[in-house]
Amino acid sequence: MELVQPGIGLIFWMTLSFGVVIWILGKFAWKPIMKSLKEREDSIDEALHTADKAREEMNQLKVDNEALIAKAKEDRDAILREARKVKEKIIDKARLKANEEANRIVENAKNRIENEKMAAMTDLKNQIASLSIEIAEKILQHELSDDKKQKEFVQKLIDDVNLN
Amino acid sequence: MLRNKKRVLHAIFLFLFVVGISFVFAAYQPANPQHNAHGKHNNQDTTESWEIEVLEEEYNAGKMIIEHIIDSHEWHLATIGHTHITIPLPVILIHDGKLHAFWSSKFQHGHSSYKGFRIETEGEYKGKIVKYPEYNYLDEEIIHVEKEAGKKKVELPVDLSITKNVAAIFISIIILCWIFISVAKRYRKRKGEAPKGLQSFVEPLIIFIRDDIAKAAIGEKKYERYLPFLLTLFFFIFLNNLLGLVPFFPGGANVTGNIAVTGILALFTFVIVTFSANKYYWKHIFNTPGVPIWLKLPIPIMPVVELMGIFTKPFVLMVRLFANITAGHIIILGFISLIFIFGNMQWGIGLGASLISVPFAIFMGLLELLVAFIQAYVFTLLSALYFGMAIEEHH
Repeated sequence: MELVQPGIGLIFWMTLSFGVVIWILGKFAWKPIMKSLKEREDSIDEALHTADKAREEMNQLKVDNEALIAKAKEDRDAILREARKVKEKIIDKARLKANEEANRIVENAKNRIENEKMAAMTDLKNQIASLSIEIAEKILQHELSDDKKQKEFVQKLIDDVNLN
Repeated sequence: MLRNKKRVLHAIFLFLFVVGISFVFAAYQPANPQHNAHGKHNNQDTTESWEIEVLEEEYNAGKMIIEHIIDSHEWHLATIGHTHITIPLPVILIHDGKLHAFWSSKFQHGHSSYKGFRIETEGEYKGKIVKYPEYNYLDEEIIHVEKEAGKKKVELPVDLSITKNVAAIFISIIILCWIFISVAKRYRKRKGEAPKGLQSFVEPLIIFIRDDIAKAAIGEKKYERYLPFLLTLFFFIFLNNLLGLVPFFPGGANVTGNIAVTGILALFTFVIVTFSANKYYWKHIFNTPGVPIWLKLPIPIMPVVELMGIFTKPFVLMVRLFANITAGHIIILGFISLIFIFGNMQWGIGLGASLISVPFAIFMGLLELLVAFIQAYVFTLLSALYFGMAIEEHH
């Protein structure tokens, strides 16, 4: 029976001491402990938050960088394309000019040849003319040595003229 | 890491071994406390008392176990030969409006009376301090025979003594204050840093109680008001459960296995519940919603049941802790008693029994370590749940 009969002394001291210990620990232990636990948790939360933010910023930066790089690449490509175009243009132009020049030279040469040819022809014609005259003179001299033959000749000439 | 774990495991086993062995030694003492009577304080020996002691010479397991789990006016440490080594504790009595205060050593381990007061050894008031007014002048008289003859006229003074349990409560409070005030200091000193030492041992428990008990049972909004009580409650029960498992001073007192202690703890919970209860709580009790009207009128069955519930809740809290801790102690002491029961037949059998009993006692000790935590947890959790019920808003 002793086991389940609470003693008055123990009840008294237990109430008193447990009340006191709640008060003491509440004031000197739980309050500061809870406060610093909360502070620490808050600071950890904040640190995590900051880290998240930093990560986000990093990501943003990365995206930005990528965009920048892409743009730079594009620019480079455009410049290269432009350069290629310019190069082709220059080459074309040069080719054109060269052609022209060549043509001009050829033309000049042709002209000159023509001129030379003309001069040679004229010379030849002149020589042929003088030769012909000479030959004709000799033939005529030979032919016209006889009157009959002169007359025939004249007649032939006249025929020719008539035919014309 | 692994090595540390191993070391901790070794320490635990060593501790348990020491606990087990100490139980053996502790259990040995009540086997022959009577010898003392014809040792030092034989001035009051009479034939009758001598006879009684001879009768009690035999080992009484039940008596030994009860003596180990109930409160006492002195703190028994050990018995070496025929000499008791005890710490005398202050006896404070209020009788007839007068305060009497003296050391319990004046009772000579219950063999002597002082100022007419003596510790009753049997009967209804066994273990309590009583006074037989007619023998005021005859301290040395043995009252036994007269009492048996029906002549007894016993008076019970108000006993506010610092008993073994009260002293153990004081010791545990000092330990609690020392632990938590130093931990609080640590927190202040190492602001925002990781916990260290003792701090890192109690911090998970504190956070566990805060997050998994208080916040979960009471709610995010109001839990802070009840947290100091819940924390104190948990650590008080936990520490005393553990100290109760340590068989030597300053442990060994069965504080949380004492119905007065658990009763007061439950009373604190009850008072806090009653005073913080809101109107919905009272409405739930006196006009339970969702219950057919014939259960309330004309015979208020539900209100009566609910009203009883107010008192059964703390009552169950009280009994659960008391019964669990006491039962654990009884089982361990029972195993140890087996050794002496068999040892009284023949010492060899006792030795053989010890081979079985000590491992069982160690196993129980391990189980009790678990129970020490679980019971502290359950008491705290249920208290928190009752607080949560008392302040729950209408939904």
